[in-house]
Amino acid sequence: MSDDNKSGGFENAKSMSIIVTKGSLDWAYPPFILGTTAAAMDLEVTMFFTFYGLPLLNKKLDLKMTTLGNPAMKMPMMGMHMAMPNIIAAMPGVDRGATTMMKNLFKKKGVASIEELREAAIESDVRMIACQMTLDLFEMDTKDMIDGIELGGAATYIDVATRSDINLFI
Amino acid sequence: MADQTLNVEGLNCPLPIIKAKKTLKGMEAGQTLEVRSTDPGSVADFAAFCNQTGNSLLSSGTEGNIYTFEIKKN
Repeated sequence: MSDDNKSGGFENAKSMSIIVTKGSLDWAYPPFILGTTAAAMDLEVTMFFTFYGLPLLNKKLDLKMTTLGNPAMKMPMMGMHMAMPNIIAAMPGVDRGATTMMKNLFKKKGVASIEELREAAIESDVRMIACQMTLDLFEMDTKDMIDGIELGGAATYIDVATRSDINLFI
Repeated sequence: MADQTLNVEGLNCPLPIIKAKKTLKGMEAGQTLEVRSTDPGSVADFAAFCNQTGNSLLSSGTEGNIYTFEIKKN
């Protein structure tokens, strides 16, 4: 392959796969940011949604987050950066507050919503595979999920991974 | 003067790149796109984007707190 990127008709033949295992509002970001960006950079992208990552394929997303057990999570509050003590984070309503605060923060800082990023992923032909075993395990239904997804298992993912230049587990 | 201008001021990673890609998709080879961003991360990101996609980064500069990029679609 030539290093001369200036030639006409340049096509990036590289590929990337991501295993998406987490479905909280904050952890939904890294796979969708990397997936959409790689697709924008002409990589062929496959995302494999398994366990808690699988609900990210649901048509209606209702992503939440918790500060519980995350000492690194400090949010800008009252001019400071504050971490939430676990005993407070465990109280009813705190997660809802943290979720609202995070969503407002994303908006204020010009960060896309997960819905927007997922739409961008669909538009750029990112291949999305739902883990069949997780569907069975959590009794989920593809009827509730977005169009265009495929079903597959571990072997399907391994097949993709062996042919990908970049393989990520998030 | 670039053939097209894209204003992504106020938007954060990865939106400037994704919107630039979308705009480039609708352009002809040889045409130029000017991107105006306020995201300091876009300086490194547009260089990387052009390196991977084979588009040429003709210029990269700043105007106050706006970062400007001129990209030629190849």
